[in-house]
Amino acid sequence: MYVIVVGGGNVGFQLTKRLIARGHEVLLLEKDPRQAVKLSETIGDQYILSGDGCELHVQKLAGFGRADVVVAATGEDEDNLVVSQLAKGKWNVERVVARVNDPEHESVFKDLGIDDTVSATRLIFNLIDQQLETDDVVPVGALHQGHVEVVEAVLSHRSPFVGKAVREISLPTDTFLVWLSRDGTGMTVSGETVFAGGDTVVAMVPVAQAEELRDALTSGT
Amino acid sequence: MKVVVLGCGRSGAALTLMLASRGHEVTVIERSPDALRRLGKKPEAEIVIGNGLDMDVLEKAGVAQCDAFLAMTRGDNTNLMAAQVVKKRFRVSKVMVKVADPVRAEAYREMGLYCINASALIAGLCIDHLVDAPFRPINEYNVLVEELRI
Repeated sequence: MYVIVVGGGNVGFQLTKRLIARGHEVLLLEKDPRQAVKLSETIGDQYILSGDGCELHVQKLAGFGRADVVVAATGEDEDNLVVSQLAKGKWNVERVVARVNDPEHESVFKDLGIDDTVSATRLIFNLIDQQLETDDVVPVGALHQGHVEVVEAVLSHRSPFVGKAVREISLPTDTFLVWLSRDGTGMTVSGETVFAGGDTVVAMVPVAQAEELRDALTSGT
Repeated sequence: MKVVVLGCGRSGAALTLMLASRGHEVTVIERSPDALRRLGKKPEAEIVIGNGLDMDVLEKAGVAQCDAFLAMTRGDNTNLMAAQVVKKRFRVSKVMVKVADPVRAEAYREMGLYCINASALIAGLCIDHLVDAPFRPINEYNVLVEELRI
């Protein structure tokens, strides 16, 4: 897969390194020539193009026309918007992902035709927010742009779920029980799995239902 | 007419002053208070200090009620983003964008945004003056020269 990353700050750099390690063809665009030299020295100059990724002739040189994915990863939302819109509108790039620094701009990008956004601020905020709510349920991660939570909870011995099979209990809509750990052994969860006190349960849930799931998993504590 | 101007640099300030002197109601959005000196000692325009990409700032400047919005900062991308937001979200019908990069201006013109490229305008005017040709309508200058086309 050919991936073009625009913006060689921390995000763009770390992303590029990982993509290279995965064996993808990657090109990182950096507009500050000095930063571009530094990046070339670190990860090899075949992966770096010095130039403004918002300019169409730089985009042409980089091969936007044959890119499978373009990631707009600069620290400026307006630059990321322009990169994304040109990638989609001028070069018909299949997959365009935009980093959004101001969470308020996520909906702006959507209005302007860029649906695939990632907001680190939003993700971190969601994680902190979840952490503050309870200590019994640990948010493992936030997925799908922070709209889905992965939570982990230890069932109390007095939990109403203990001794019941998964199909017998009621959980919030769209909850997906992913995995269960008992006495240090992990197992996948089916409808027939019977809960025991002390089980560690890992579940995925839409953010809107997270509160409800948290209450359910920690009842009896 | 109620007009909102984004950016109080040289072109934004000139525009603001000219509009105000013709009796239009102008609000100018500018991030740096220093730049406002370009409007003179007693500015006849409303001033909103802030970032034009901040929705609260746009609202405070009254874009929801304005007849026209002109994005005049020196950042092409800032201008392009603000103009699109104002057009799409606040449904302002008359939106003009200053874009310094002629190729980018053309790309967004194709997407339906009214982009002005100063270097193309100046070059066209100079050439017409040089060869004693009469000046033409603005849209004839405001196009991408063939050599730059990608």
